[in-house]
Amino acid sequence: MRVELIRRPLPSPAMAWATPPLAVLLTMLAGAALFSLLGYDGPAAVREIFLTPVLSRDTWQDLAIKAAPLILIAVGLGIGFRAGVWNIGAEGQYIAGGLAGTGVALATWEMQGVWILPAMVVAGVLGGMAWAAVPALLRTRLQVNEILTTLMLTYVAVQLLNYLMRGPWRDPQGFGFPQTRLFTEWQVLPLLPGTFVHIGAVVALGVALLAWFVMARTVFGLRVRTVGAAPAAARHAGFGEGDTVWATLLLSGGLAGLAGIFEAAGPFAQMVPQFPTGYGFTAIIVAFLGRLHPIGAVLAGLVLAVSYVGGEIAQSSLGLPAAAAGVFQALMLFFLLGADVLVRYRLVLTQRVRP
Amino acid sequence: MTALDIAPTPVPATLRLELRGVTKRFPRVLANDNVDLSVAPGEIHALLGENGAGKSTLVKMIYGLMAPDAGTLSWEGTPRTITSPKEARRLGINMVFQHFSLFEAMSVLDNIALGLDERLPRRRLEARIRAVLDTYGLSLDPRRSVATLSVGERQRIEIVRALLVEPKLLIMDEPTSVLTPQEAEQLFATLRALAERGCAILYISHKLHEIRALCARATILRGGRVVAACEPRHESPASLAEMMIGARPRRVEKARPRPGPVKLALEGLSLPGEGDFGVTLEALSLEVRGGEIVGIAGVAGNGQSELFLALSGERLCAPEAVTLNGHPAGRLRPEERRAHGLSAVPEERLGHAGVPEFSLSENTLLTARHRRALVSRALVRPRRAAAFAAEVIARFDVRTTGPRAPAAALSGGNLQKFVVGREILQAPEVLVVSQPTWGVDAGAAAAIHQALADLAAGGAAILVISQDLDELFALTDRLAVLNGGRLSAPEDTASVSVERIGLLMGGLHGEGPHAR
Repeated sequence: MRVELIRRPLPSPAMAWATPPLAVLLTMLAGAALFSLLGYDGPAAVREIFLTPVLSRDTWQDLAIKAAPLILIAVGLGIGFRAGVWNIGAEGQYIAGGLAGTGVALATWEMQGVWILPAMVVAGVLGGMAWAAVPALLRTRLQVNEILTTLMLTYVAVQLLNYLMRGPWRDPQGFGFPQTRLFTEWQVLPLLPGTFVHIGAVVALGVALLAWFVMARTVFGLRVRTVGAAPAAARHAGFGEGDTVWATLLLSGGLAGLAGIFEAAGPFAQMVPQFPTGYGFTAIIVAFLGRLHPIGAVLAGLVLAVSYVGGEIAQSSLGLPAAAAGVFQALMLFFLLGADVLVRYRLVLTQRVRP
Repeated sequence: MTALDIAPTPVPATLRLELRGVTKRFPRVLANDNVDLSVAPGEIHALLGENGAGKSTLVKMIYGLMAPDAGTLSWEGTPRTITSPKEARRLGINMVFQHFSLFEAMSVLDNIALGLDERLPRRRLEARIRAVLDTYGLSLDPRRSVATLSVGERQRIEIVRALLVEPKLLIMDEPTSVLTPQEAEQLFATLRALAERGCAILYISHKLHEIRALCARATILRGGRVVAACEPRHESPASLAEMMIGARPRRVEKARPRPGPVKLALEGLSLPGEGDFGVTLEALSLEVRGGEIVGIAGVAGNGQSELFLALSGERLCAPEAVTLNGHPAGRLRPEERRAHGLSAVPEERLGHAGVPEFSLSENTLLTARHRRALVSRALVRPRRAAAFAAEVIARFDVRTTGPRAPAAALSGGNLQKFVVGREILQAPEVLVVSQPTWGVDAGAAAAIHQALADLAAGGAAILVISQDLDELFALTDRLAVLNGGRLSAPEDTASVSVERIGLLMGGLHGEGPHAR
């Protein structure tokens, strides 16, 4: 008796739906086993990380705040991934966006006006785009693989952040702490009435809906899907690859930059060296868990937000290390990519016949 | 019906191979239904049938790649179960596949060594290869790199690889589909010599004149069943075709061409080859007038794909090298060329003409979005796309569940009808089509040929790039040959001989890389 993988004639739509929940389930089982072996209460860890945030009444605001940047970045990445453009440096574009918006905030520190926040947001988007434009140029002009360049530029962004925090942008009244001034009332995101959720969460939902429409109904969406699915067919159809690389990198970079300035002008309300929290990397998991679909990214963004919030709960209630949430997130991507084989293949048990 | 009743020569006591009641079922189709087949030592036996008739499934079971669901296989009189190709080869069964598995960058010798089950010192292997080449009068240099060889020579590598182990049964899968007529003759001589030494040969083909020339007996499959067993020499091509298709083959009805103005012109089209094995096009010139069908014959790998890409606009060239309706088009991109009335159908249906996982509806958008107004500005108009897909499906008799079916779900013939229909219904003034009926069943091929003839009769200029000489002779008004990136002067199809075209395909007119 052995297990054989038989290729399906067509990818199974049922499995495409079923594998993300399956991956989440396997993550819970494997995570429980892993943390039990490490000497923790494994089942309790899974309960705290995955169920407590969902079941308690007040955590939805935390979830919305964590999910907003994940969704924004993952929607952009998902569109790029559909075109076969592997931008894995959204973290760098997120930092660049945050810095560009902060630059506007510091330049307008003594000013007042409703135009300041929109100017910061525009600067944030442009900052993310600029950071993604470098890999786009290198890929289209010199055929340099964007996986390497986007990732490496992330570390450049981190160094730039550290330099600015310790030097030019340090708060003059900050007792030497490496951080900027606090943003003024004109420079922070408004909150939804009666909550501490900033409007970035609403924008993220709107961006996802818009992206859904763009991918399904516009020629641009068709171009992106064609380039990713069959490059030769795209050339035949007149969809240039270079234009698509530029468009998807600028789009994903711009959305990462938008998420960056939303974080800076939202939860942080200033720029600090601890600004990079890994949203740009986690969003890769969100994009894949959401099947590279904008609405999938919303659902997957919420799942990953649960793991962030749950990780914090488990830290205080069970004494789990801070890395626990990261371990669960990585397990989830691992199981998702593994389970994806079921979309294209069937598992068949066969009896090997000997002559 | 047993083979013994109709065998032309006294049959030796034991058959080399005998199948009885072999059945193989796939999820959606019965690929082989109660098939009987017997091959005697020294016999060249044809397995004849259309695409999808079940020939490949049957030989895969003989070669150990699949197991039958029911039925028995006897090898030299003993029932056996063959569970792997390695075991098949140990018994003496060898197969030459239609698609070669060769490493371009390696020598002939290395390629043969890699494909052998036993490990031999290079010197001894080379001696054995030379012995086989001498025995069968084959010319091939074991030291040459595969990249420099013609398709016919590449096939010889596969044949030598099979002959090295002195097979008792050799299965040849559509061996002449890539050969010039002269190369095919050489292959037949080799096969006859092999049969005289007692090797049984199972010869898979759908080319009727070959089977009549080569094979003593034929088993004809249709829809997975044996529909007839016969002696091909005593049949006419028409009667064989009728057994194979189940109906009389339709002839292309062509109006006499009334050539109009020149719609497509190539003038000194030169294009460097891409990559290590690309072919460089050298100063191609040709005119195609409205109302005529011009064919480009030639063995694959002589510049056909480069020529197609230069015409469709996927590769750009000098502005005046390609002219559409009098407009210099060499630097125009695919979309701009379509605006000038060009349509193109690439050889590869999945991945080039269409996107496998897209619905038929979405696939219409790839090439017809502007000419059939399936988009307005930046927005797709899904209803119009679906309606156009439905129109193609209806007009070209595409068997599918509807416009929402993914392209990958269609059979080769139906998808080919769809992609050809998608271009023809855009009423192009110039149509370039590559391998229009490659791997397509006879019914679909006839429909496609008729559609092309009708389009030409309506005044369009058509260029057909094909390896299938039968197709080109049936369809075209003029015929040129592409060899080693050079194009021969076109000749009238009605007056040129197959032999002349064959010689041109073999490189008579130039010193291309494949000239010998």
